[in-house]
Amino acid sequence: MFHVMKRMQDAAARPTRRNFLKMSAVAAGGLVVGSRLALPGAALAEGAAAEDAFTPFIRISPDGLVTVLNKHLDMGQGNATGLATLVAEELDASPEQMRAEFAPADVERYKNLAFGMQGTGGSTAIANSFEQYRKAGATARAMLVAAAAKAWGVPTGEITISGGTLSHASGKSGTFGEFAEAAAKLEAPAEVTLKSPDQWVYIGKSFPRLDVPNKTVGAPNTYGMDVQRDNMLVAVLTRPLAFGAKVKSFNADTAKAVKGVVDVIDVPGHGVAVLATSTWPAIKGREALEIEWDEAGAETRSSDALFAEYRELADTAGPVFRDDGDAEAAIAGAATVVEQVFEFPYLAHGMMEPMVLTIHVEGDRATLWYPSQFQTVDQQTAATVLGIPVQNVTINTLYGGGSFGRRTSPDARHIVEAASIAKIWGKSQPIKLVYTREDDTRAGYYRPMGVHKVRAGLDADGNLVGWHHRIVQQSLMSGTFFEQFMVHDGIDETSVEGVKDASYAIPAFHAELHSPKVGVPVLWWRSVGHTQTGYVVEAMMDKAAHAAGVDPLEFRRRHLSQPSGIAERDKDNARKLGVLDKVAEMSGWSGAQHGDRFRGIAVHKSFNTYVAEVAEVSRREDGTFKVENVWCAVDCGVAVNPDNVKAQMEGGIGYGLAAVLFSEITLTDGHVDQLNFDTYRPLRIEEMPKVVVEVLASAEAPSGAGEPGTPPVGPAVANAILAATGELPAVLPLTKAGLA
Amino acid sequence: MIRLNINGEDREIDVDADTPLLWVLRDELGMTGTKYGCGIAACGACTVHLDGMAVRSCQTMASDAEGMAIVTIEGVDGKAASAVQAAWRELEVPQCGYCQSGQILAATALLAETPKPSDEDIDMAMSGNVCRCATYTRIRAAIHRAAETMEG
Ligand code: FES
Ligand code: FES
Repeated sequence: MFHVMKRMQDAAARPTRRNFLKMSAVAAGGLVVGSRLALPGAALAEGAAAEDAFTPFIRISPDGLVTVLNKHLDMGQGNATGLATLVAEELDASPEQMRAEFAPADVERYKNLAFGMQGTGGSTAIANSFEQYRKAGATARAMLVAAAAKAWGVPTGEITISGGTLSHASGKSGTFGEFAEAAAKLEAPAEVTLKSPDQWVYIGKSFPRLDVPNKTVGAPNTYGMDVQRDNMLVAVLTRPLAFGAKVKSFNADTAKAVKGVVDVIDVPGHGVAVLATSTWPAIKGREALEIEWDEAGAETRSSDALFAEYRELADTAGPVFRDDGDAEAAIAGAATVVEQVFEFPYLAHGMMEPMVLTIHVEGDRATLWYPSQFQTVDQQTAATVLGIPVQNVTINTLYGGGSFGRRTSPDARHIVEAASIAKIWGKSQPIKLVYTREDDTRAGYYRPMGVHKVRAGLDADGNLVGWHHRIVQQSLMSGTFFEQFMVHDGIDETSVEGVKDASYAIPAFHAELHSPKVGVPVLWWRSVGHTQTGYVVEAMMDKAAHAAGVDPLEFRRRHLSQPSGIAERDKDNARKLGVLDKVAEMSGWSGAQHGDRFRGIAVHKSFNTYVAEVAEVSRREDGTFKVENVWCAVDCGVAVNPDNVKAQMEGGIGYGLAAVLFSEITLTDGHVDQLNFDTYRPLRIEEMPKVVVEVLASAEAPSGAGEPGTPPVGPAVANAILAATGELPAVLPLTKAGLA
Repeated sequence: MIRLNINGEDREIDVDADTPLLWVLRDELGMTGTKYGCGIAACGACTVHLDGMAVRSCQTMASDAEGMAIVTIEGVDGKAASAVQAAWRELEVPQCGYCQSGQILAATALLAETPKPSDEDIDMAMSGNVCRCATYTRIRAAIHRAAETMEG
């Protein structure tokens, strides 16, 4: 998601490395954190540790358990295990003794080094922690060794650690737990040496997912939805049907009569909340609520009308974001010109666990329990709404039941809602704000809808000579705090990523962006701009290859193998060729037709990771297509946990397929038409293709895995359908044209 | 007062008769392993066993479950269940994990009935269980794996 915020690191306070390496240990009481829950990986970091004995990232308990404080949210992408792997590697710990817990909100200690605030996104969790958590592990290791050396009266250099046990040639040995207390009192070393890659035993090999055992037994206190507090009320909020509408009047008499409903309150600017002793009465109470809305000033356009406006805009000139050579002239002089208009719908994230947040306000303090993806903004927001000091807001992060970008928004709307309800309610009582699936689907914060219009010209040899690209898409960033970093001269970087840096050899490339204002809140959605831009660029490549009569793999190779004179682009192209060649080999590529099936290929870079995919489709009797197989090759630099990278590719492919085949959010007079999984159609098991993934060996710095698997699958499927029908599917989802 | 037998234990709960079993489990009994995903029988996150059958607890009124054996993720056991949970761990099926209680209950019911399921059997039995993380490839593999261990 907000990966381009990397740029913010220049503007925001930069992390100093000082604290964590010079962190002097706290004398009191060693390291008191045991396993609070019986099962490994559980993570309710209630009242986080005050001591940073082994850096702010590691605690070691007397029973030898090593708890890694994860500064990120793990919403399924596996970073809790990833960061624990980094620590275990340098600490020479055994997987069995590792635990993961979420760090408290503390921007100084736990900021994401990619953007200077504590938050998770842009597939940065491993990338920005790679050095930091290994150093933490090495620091803790040095301290344990020093403590053992002192106790045994031997030089530190003679002590070895393996599988979590310290030993000396004299026969002396001991566990981490035995030395934890003494080690915690030592000064942390100023410098540590990290292992070289050839010494790694876990990184790049395998390490068990720490959260998996809990997630196979329905362990309590795992997710935000699981939070139960004494005396807790459940709140459901009725939000307006049209974005921006206001409550004119409401009648709560029937709602209040529902057994279990405690009160119904007006939450100005947000809607009407029903408070109940538990969830079902809250839902029932809300059904009985009568509300009259004032839609003056609300967004009441239908999505069809918006598309019509967007298509018109796509015919007019807009702010330019790329202008290499004279594209108009190149296209005018081209032997062949291909042209296409693409349409993308709004998409909800539809993560399995709807939005949820529990808040308890006590005087000038507030405690929150939920999957926090953006601690710094969330904490500040809660403090502002409640009018309390920011340090009085405690955030307990739990695992997220998915997110795909949804659990973080620049306006922290869910925090504002919950804090507002708690403030209006006024009693010191925990309140759990639950979004029902309908609330979640209807709440907005969608991937923006968009229209792209592209013209490309080919010379007589079938080489691209010019590319003209116009994007019409609502800005994610304008009007938010991030605008200053992310929008330059009318160009929102997240709208154009993937086109601005399209790296094929095309001598003349011109691109423009329109950013119409629409009252529907939009948000980053797994891979942000890349599901649209990757689709358009890669589908256009096939349309051009088709017109040139060249095999699509060969066509890509040609346009990737000419030196561009720009070092970064040449490097991109070399790595793209690497994954393309690998996926061609894996799938046994021999052209777009394969027996009675058809294949499409696509390659895309996002979040510094390169992914190529081949999709194979078959045609059903009713004319729809079934995606049978997907092959995927990924180059994400050093893959800390290759099997987890595979899992993210598999999941990213399935998630992307759902969107391409079935999912759309439409509006009728500003009201969202889809409310639940019956109409906002997810992918089901029988629709999941067989997926084979290979992770390329690489010595490059680790880059993201959570998002980059998603963008290529759409165009790979589209290109397979182009091969089958001669027509490029350009309006999504494919169900609209009867193709899925 | 509603009387339910849950994971072999008799419980008495004071709720309206129309309360879905899902909310009785989660809110009244604090058994939060059974998940809420959609509330309309469209996702399977709330799957439990009623007399061995996989059902959606969000669409089962608590009063309708009286007199039946209710089994949830917290209590599921037996040959099929242990094989399924072991396979889930071995193949590291869960990502976010939120759907997995339901997946495991559905897979267990399938294997209890059909010890060696084909891919089509799996599609049929598991189609109602959505996984937004799309762990389907591993779910399928883990069901086959569990079937193997049950044989052995
Ligand atoms: S919550 Fe019952 S099927 Fe979705
Ligand atoms: S593992 Fe996330 S929804 Fe299935």
